[in-house]
Amino acid sequence: MVAQNVFFGIMALVMIFAALKVVSTKNVVHAALWLVVVLGGVAGQFLLLGAEFVGVTQVLVYIGAVVVLLLFGVMLTKASLGEEADLNMPNRALPAVIAALMFGVMTYALIDTFRDTELPRESVTNAAAVSDSIFADYIVPFEAVSVLLLAALIGAVVVARKE
Amino acid sequence: MLLVQFLLLSSVLFCIGIYGVLARKNGVMVLMSIELILNAVNINLVAFGTMTSNIAGEVFALFVIAIAAAEVGVGLAIVLLIFRNRRSVDLSSIDSMKG
Repeated sequence: MVAQNVFFGIMALVMIFAALKVVSTKNVVHAALWLVVVLGGVAGQFLLLGAEFVGVTQVLVYIGAVVVLLLFGVMLTKASLGEEADLNMPNRALPAVIAALMFGVMTYALIDTFRDTELPRESVTNAAAVSDSIFADYIVPFEAVSVLLLAALIGAVVVARKE
Repeated sequence: MLLVQFLLLSSVLFCIGIYGVLARKNGVMVLMSIELILNAVNINLVAFGTMTSNIAGEVFALFVIAIAAAEVGVGLAIVLLIFRNRRSVDLSSIDSMKG
């Protein structure tokens, strides 16, 4: 249990640092690359929680597809790849206060409710159980997601198409 | 491992994402901050699923991942359209519907 906690702490610190860099760096490409660190850390946390299939899917979909898509967006909307001065709103104190307030409220509520809840040991769920569950209990939401993906695909093509 | 450590990590990521959505001016950066928020939600789903030994948490985390992929696709298409029409992705200049 100690090794898992040490691993969790290291990953959590790296993820928080990288997430702060995502929202504070002046370079859009660097922000996308820091986002890769956060997403990889999230995949590591999934593995730590015993959710191996979700962890692998996280790497495939987020790091493999979403970040590439974001970098395409940067390329197609940006001329400069270097540092940029005009990335932030003029008033950044108010967002910081809102985020800090929300964090305070959530931290209080979470610690108050789940202070001593231990996670069960040996709780690795394999991919077969996940796929059994998707194709038996959750087949209707699964089909809805596939229709949604098709609609998003067609919608993105229609929106981004040249006249 | 305690459950609360995962929940606290996810709330930190969520609040950083909120700050990014509110403080960034560039459309693509706002989309990146939204990805941070969705990942925080996923950590929560999987952590609660592990706590209750219920597989539904993981299944819905997978659904969230799929919907996030669709969201970023459509979002980037909209940002590209804004860029094509206005030559900029500065979100604070999109105020033509302001009364």
